[in-house]
Amino acid sequence: MMTRFLHSEFFHNYKHSSSAVIGSTLMLGFAFAVIVGPLLVAQNPYDIASLDLMDSYKPPLWLEGGDPRFPLGTDGQGRDVWASILYGARISVFIGLVAMIASCTIGTFLGLVAGFYGGIVDSVIMRIADIQLSFPSILIALFLMSAVGTGVDKVLIALTAVGWVVYARTVRGSTLSEIEKEYVQAAKVAGLPNHKIIRKHVLPNVLTPLIVIATIQVGTFVLIEASLSFLGVGVPITQPSLGLLIKNGFDVLFSGLWWTSVFPGIAIMILVFGINLFGDFLRDELNPRLK
Amino acid sequence: MENSEHIPLLEVRDLHTYFHTFSGTVKAVNGVSFEIGKGEVMGLVGESGGGKSVVGFSILGLIDSPGKIESGELLLEGQDLVTAGEDRLREIRGREISMVFQDPMTSLNPLHTVGRQMDEVLRLHSDLGAEARQTTCIEMLESVGISRAAERLKAYPHQFSGGMRQRVVIAIAMLARPKLIIADEPTTALDVTIQSQILKLMRAQIADKGASMILITHDLAVVSEMADHITVLYCGNVVERGQTRDLIENPSHPYTRGLIDSIPDTTQRLDRLSQIPGSVPDIRNLPQGCNFRERCPRAQAICAQKEPSLTPQHKSLMAACHFPLKPGEAA
Repeated sequence: MMTRFLHSEFFHNYKHSSSAVIGSTLMLGFAFAVIVGPLLVAQNPYDIASLDLMDSYKPPLWLEGGDPRFPLGTDGQGRDVWASILYGARISVFIGLVAMIASCTIGTFLGLVAGFYGGIVDSVIMRIADIQLSFPSILIALFLMSAVGTGVDKVLIALTAVGWVVYARTVRGSTLSEIEKEYVQAAKVAGLPNHKIIRKHVLPNVLTPLIVIATIQVGTFVLIEASLSFLGVGVPITQPSLGLLIKNGFDVLFSGLWWTSVFPGIAIMILVFGINLFGDFLRDELNPRLK
Repeated sequence: MENSEHIPLLEVRDLHTYFHTFSGTVKAVNGVSFEIGKGEVMGLVGESGGGKSVVGFSILGLIDSPGKIESGELLLEGQDLVTAGEDRLREIRGREISMVFQDPMTSLNPLHTVGRQMDEVLRLHSDLGAEARQTTCIEMLESVGISRAAERLKAYPHQFSGGMRQRVVIAIAMLARPKLIIADEPTTALDVTIQSQILKLMRAQIADKGASMILITHDLAVVSEMADHITVLYCGNVVERGQTRDLIENPSHPYTRGLIDSIPDTTQRLDRLSQIPGSVPDIRNLPQGCNFRERCPRAQAICAQKEPSLTPQHKSLMAACHFPLKPGEAA
C-alpha cells in the first residue's frame, strides 16, 4: 500500500511541486504545534494561578528587557504570547476542522437530495442556498451570533450555516451529470432502491472536487472565526482563539506593545497560507481538465 | 414451449407514453402494441427519435417526470406493470426484466470493482450466501467468455476493453436469470469486429437460459441476424411488424423498404447510397394523417387526411399504410 503510494503519479507530482511541499510542511508543522505544542511550554495561559502580573508586557526575547521565559513576550496579564498562540491555534484549528466537517456533511447530503430528486425539493434547497450566497458570510455569522449568543458551539453553528452552500451547489451539479450516466440507469434497472443508488453509486463519484473545497475551507473558516472573535462575537474570553488574541493585543497595539497581536496574526497567516498552497496543488492534481 | 403462442411473456397493448414539456406534449410512444413469446427475440427498429428506448423504459416503469404513461397495458405474464406499485416494479427490475445499455464505457460504475457490481445485483435478487454469490459471479463471467474470471472480479471497469465491458454488462443483466432482457442498442458503441461476437454471445445466453429479448436498434442488419420477429416504429407508432424473414425480404411499408434500402449493398456498385428523403417530423407537432407521408414516395391525397391503421398484409406482416407494397414491388 505504502510503496504503491510512493510510486504513484500523485506522489511524484507532489515531490516536484514546491508549493505543495511548502504548503504541506507548513500544515504539518502547524498540526504538530497544535497537538504537542502545549506540552512543551511551561505555562498554561488559562491557568490564572500560574500568571504573574509582574511579568506583564514583557517584550520579545531579542528586544531590550526581554525575558528568556517568554520568547515572544507577554500580554497585559503576564501571559506568554508563544504559549497563548499554541493554545489559541488549537481552538482555531478545532473550529475550522469541525465546522468544515459539519458543512461538508450537511451540504453534500442536501446537494445529493436536490440533484437526485429534482423538482420542488431541488428548488427549495437551491433557493435557500442562493439567498445565503447573496449575503457576505461574515454578515450571516454576525446575525446568527447576535441571535443565538456567543461561544465555541455558536461559532460552529454560524460557520456551518455559511459553509454548507458551496458543497450543496457543487454536489448538486455533479449529481445532475452523474445520474445521466448509464451506470445509474443500470442500477435503477437492476432494481436498487434510491437511497442505495445515491449512497453507493452517486456519492463516491461526486466526492473528488469536495476534497479541494474542504481543504481550502478550513483556512477560510479560521479566518472568519478570527474576524468574528475580533469583532467580539466569536469565542469567549476564557477560550481565546488566535483571532481573540489579535483583538486583545490590538487594544494596546498603538502603545508600542505590538507583539501581543502581531505574532498571533503571523500564526494565522502561516496556517492559511499553508492550507491554500496545498489546496491549490490538490486542485491542479484532482482536476482532470488541468492535466 | 408448446404453448408459447398462447401465453405471451410480455404483451404491450396500446401503450401511450407522453412527455409534457413547456414547448408542448411529446407523444414519444403513441399507441404501440406488440407481444413477445417465451424464448423469442423481438427487434424494435426505427430511426433516432422514433420512441424505441421510451418503450423499453416504459416497460421497466422508469419514465421520469415530465414523462408519463398515459394509457395502455403492459402485461408481464398477465400481470399489468402500469398499475403495479413501485415496490413490485423494483422486484421485477433486475429479477424478471433486465436491461443492457448502449455504451459499456458508462454503464459500469468506474469506482467499484466488477465483482462488487455483480454482487450487488445478486444480493438484491437472491438469497445466496457470500460464497455462493461469488461462485455464481465467476460462472457467469466465464459463460460470457471472460477468462480468469475469479481474478477479473477484482478488476475495475477501466481495466477492461469496450467489448469485454459489454460482456460484463451482459453477465450482470443475466445474473438474476431474468425472463426478459431489453437490449438498447447493445452493439452500437462497439467495433464492428466485436459486434458480431457480442450478438452471438447474447443469442447463446438467451437460448441457454430460456429468456426472451427485446432488441432495440436502428440497425436492420443486426436485427435480421438476431430477431424472430420485428416491430418497426416511426414517430411513436408501429408502422409494420412481422416475422423477420418476411419483413426483411418483402416489406410492405414504404418506411421499412426505405430502411432496408439504406443498408449499403457491397454487391452493387452505386454512386450514392440510397436514403429516405427528409427527416423525422417534429414530434410535438405531427402532421395530420400518416406521419410518414411527407417522406413517402407513394403518398396520395388520402394519406394527408386519414391515419392508416395496422392491417394484415402478405404472409405474417401487418402494416399501417394506405398503399402497402406488394412482394417484389419497388418503393
